[in-house]
Amino acid sequence: MSAFRDAGHLLRFAGLFVLAFIIFLVVRKVVVPKSFGEYGHYRGASIGEIAAHPAHFAGHQACDACHTDIADEKKGGKHAHVNCEACHGALGKHADDPASVTPAKLDTAVLCVRCHAASVAKPKNFPQVDAADHANGVPCETCHKPHNPALEAGGAK
Amino acid sequence: MNGVEGFMYPNEVELVWSVLIVLYPYITGLVAGAFILASLERVFRVDAVKPTYRLALLTALSFLLVAPLPLQLHLGHPERSPEMYFTPHSTSAMAMFGYVYLWYLMAVLVFEIWLDYRREIVLRARRERGLLRLIYKIMTLGSDNISERSLHIDERVGWVVTLIGIPSAFLLHGYVGFIFGSIKANPWWSSPLMPVVFIFSAMVSGIACVMVIYMATSKLRGTTIDMRCVDTIAMYLFYTFIIDFSLEMLDLVHRIYEADESFRSLNFMVHTKLYFSHIVVQIGLGTLLPLVLLAITQVAKLSEMARKRTYALAGALTLIGIFAMRWNVVIGGQLFSKSFLGYTTYKVGMVTREGLPVAIALTLLPLLFLWVLVKLLPPWDDASAAHGATGD
Amino acid sequence: MNLSRRQLMILLPAAAIAWEHVLAGTPEAAPNYTMSEHWWSMLIDIPKCIGCGNCVRACQAENDVPDGRFRTWVERYHVSDENMMYPEVISPDGGKEGFPSVAKADAGKYFFVPKLCNHCADSPCTQVCPVGATFIAPDGVVLVDQKYCMGCAYCVQACPYGCRYIHPEKKVADKCTLCYHRITKGLTTACCEACPTGARQLVDLKNPNDPIHEFLRTHAVQVLKPQMATGAKVFYNELDGSVR
Repeated sequence: MSAFRDAGHLLRFAGLFVLAFIIFLVVRKVVVPKSFGEYGHYRGASIGEIAAHPAHFAGHQACDACHTDIADEKKGGKHAHVNCEACHGALGKHADDPASVTPAKLDTAVLCVRCHAASVAKPKNFPQVDAADHANGVPCETCHKPHNPALEAGGAK
Repeated sequence: MNGVEGFMYPNEVELVWSVLIVLYPYITGLVAGAFILASLERVFRVDAVKPTYRLALLTALSFLLVAPLPLQLHLGHPERSPEMYFTPHSTSAMAMFGYVYLWYLMAVLVFEIWLDYRREIVLRARRERGLLRLIYKIMTLGSDNISERSLHIDERVGWVVTLIGIPSAFLLHGYVGFIFGSIKANPWWSSPLMPVVFIFSAMVSGIACVMVIYMATSKLRGTTIDMRCVDTIAMYLFYTFIIDFSLEMLDLVHRIYEADESFRSLNFMVHTKLYFSHIVVQIGLGTLLPLVLLAITQVAKLSEMARKRTYALAGALTLIGIFAMRWNVVIGGQLFSKSFLGYTTYKVGMVTREGLPVAIALTLLPLLFLWVLVKLLPPWDDASAAHGATGD
Repeated sequence: MNLSRRQLMILLPAAAIAWEHVLAGTPEAAPNYTMSEHWWSMLIDIPKCIGCGNCVRACQAENDVPDGRFRTWVERYHVSDENMMYPEVISPDGGKEGFPSVAKADAGKYFFVPKLCNHCADSPCTQVCPVGATFIAPDGVVLVDQKYCMGCAYCVQACPYGCRYIHPEKKVADKCTLCYHRITKGLTTACCEACPTGARQLVDLKNPNDPIHEFLRTHAVQVLKPQMATGAKVFYNELDGSVR
């Protein structure tokens, strides 16, 4: 038995390990989030938290619900598939409460060239113009209605 | 844009791993290397290096205590780091760090040092007064059994611990290499050789570090340097260095010969942005020069003084060279775009949490720890002999 | 910042309460949404992209993306006939304000490539996360739990596409969520909503009525860096071989 007694200090060292391990297990039980491991090795509740972020773009369905006139105007035109907020910007607040935010009037001089300024880098079939050359300083909307930009029959030439 | 040549993916422009992440593999490498040197005496019975056995263990411990600090300081949310212990992700190489580190710290280094010093600790707990007495008392864990038989048990257990310690040291540092080597997105890192290169460069830096510290402390204490000991250490340093260098050259030759899609980009980087730190410092000053110096000491018969100076110079150059190697891995791996079309620039911060002053402080901190440890547990033969004589 | 002991005594319980909140989690935001019924991804139709930068601006507005970091960005490639594999690529400020006009074509071709997280099915970024702070949700979207992420940036290193960054203020990993807060409510992503040409299409591979199935059958579609074997799910129509 003396061999056992002479190894007693080793048991004390081992005891420290066991004690630390038990403390670790207890702390682990307390601090690991409840939803951890719900779907995999992560905090399941975080999915819901991310999904709960507020949206800033209302989406064209929301626009069409009220602005039926514009929706009709766009229909069949070249811009039928350009969503409202592509030009007007994020208007989720306006969709939630129309009175709270009034969308700013857009400046076609800036807006149209953003897409339609001529550049060899753009796809060939995309309509593009050299603004100065094409309109000679006349605002775009004089000839083209932004919501349905094709020239009207007998309109400005 | 700032320091960008060619094209970088826009999120790549700013480096996310700073000089602190350079320090981390450097410091753990020193730990692993110092421990391997200690094991030479213990397991492989190389008696000549006995004077550095305890010093190597204490050096390893003081560097290991600092090793997690650069990681901790680099984290965006240091307070969340315990998550690594509570929810380690089984597929992540990094998640194992906490466990490998704790295992190495407690089960290997602290345990081995405790076993080796237990007799002195108990004697000092009896002899000292006041706070010191309390410190030593705590270190005895309440057992003052230093019978012949218990010391014999310690000796045997210590041998087993060292035996386990060798693969553990390899694990600790090989795993650091794996953290980089397993990133398939980064061709500068992705290589199965990475862990092996890390292990050998760790041994090189650790051996050089203990050699330099041994020579410096002998000088400071005014004791004579055991030339048989440093000659042997220098010989081991030389041989491990040759293996390390061969492995690194193998990696290099392989990359050049294979010349895969990333080669043109990486080759350009090594010849421009990394030229100084990689070609000049790492390979020239930090590897070839010390190798030549060590080779001279192996073949030529030099005077004792000349050998000492050569070893000191070679050791210091080696430490700089291995640091440059870590730098080139960590920083170099982030300077080129994963599109292989451009390069960015790394500027070391000054007043930031990851800046240069912090890096320097973290490099010096282990020396402070070592000083405290050496005061508490003197590793010198003469000191312990004196205790044996006077310890009543 | 210096904290007095008194301040610390006040702050600590507050932190504890905040952590309690993290532990408990918040209830599922969209009760009608069943994760297992979806497998989200995106289709990029390169011939339709005009490089207007609408998507980049929309993403920044929708997701509060910090300046200089990008959840989505647009690259413009210029590939010359002589050097097909080494294109000239630009992406000024991520293409947020569009691209400079090219008046006369040099030799070679031009095209735009919008980039975003590929929401890989075998994603290297989630593989390396040490704590489980980033993950593939059951509906195939790669997300970051920003209350759990400790900001080690290992995932940033692991992404072959450069889609992740460390948020400069929040100090955690950040990336495209595929507008998870929108798609779970039946909306499309902000970038798709704002794209004027339909070059970006949100795709639900588990929805049998999604036009993607017809599209994939009839077009030459690729993913980025297929050699990385990441299971990337953002499909590119008519992707040039020089794109990386």
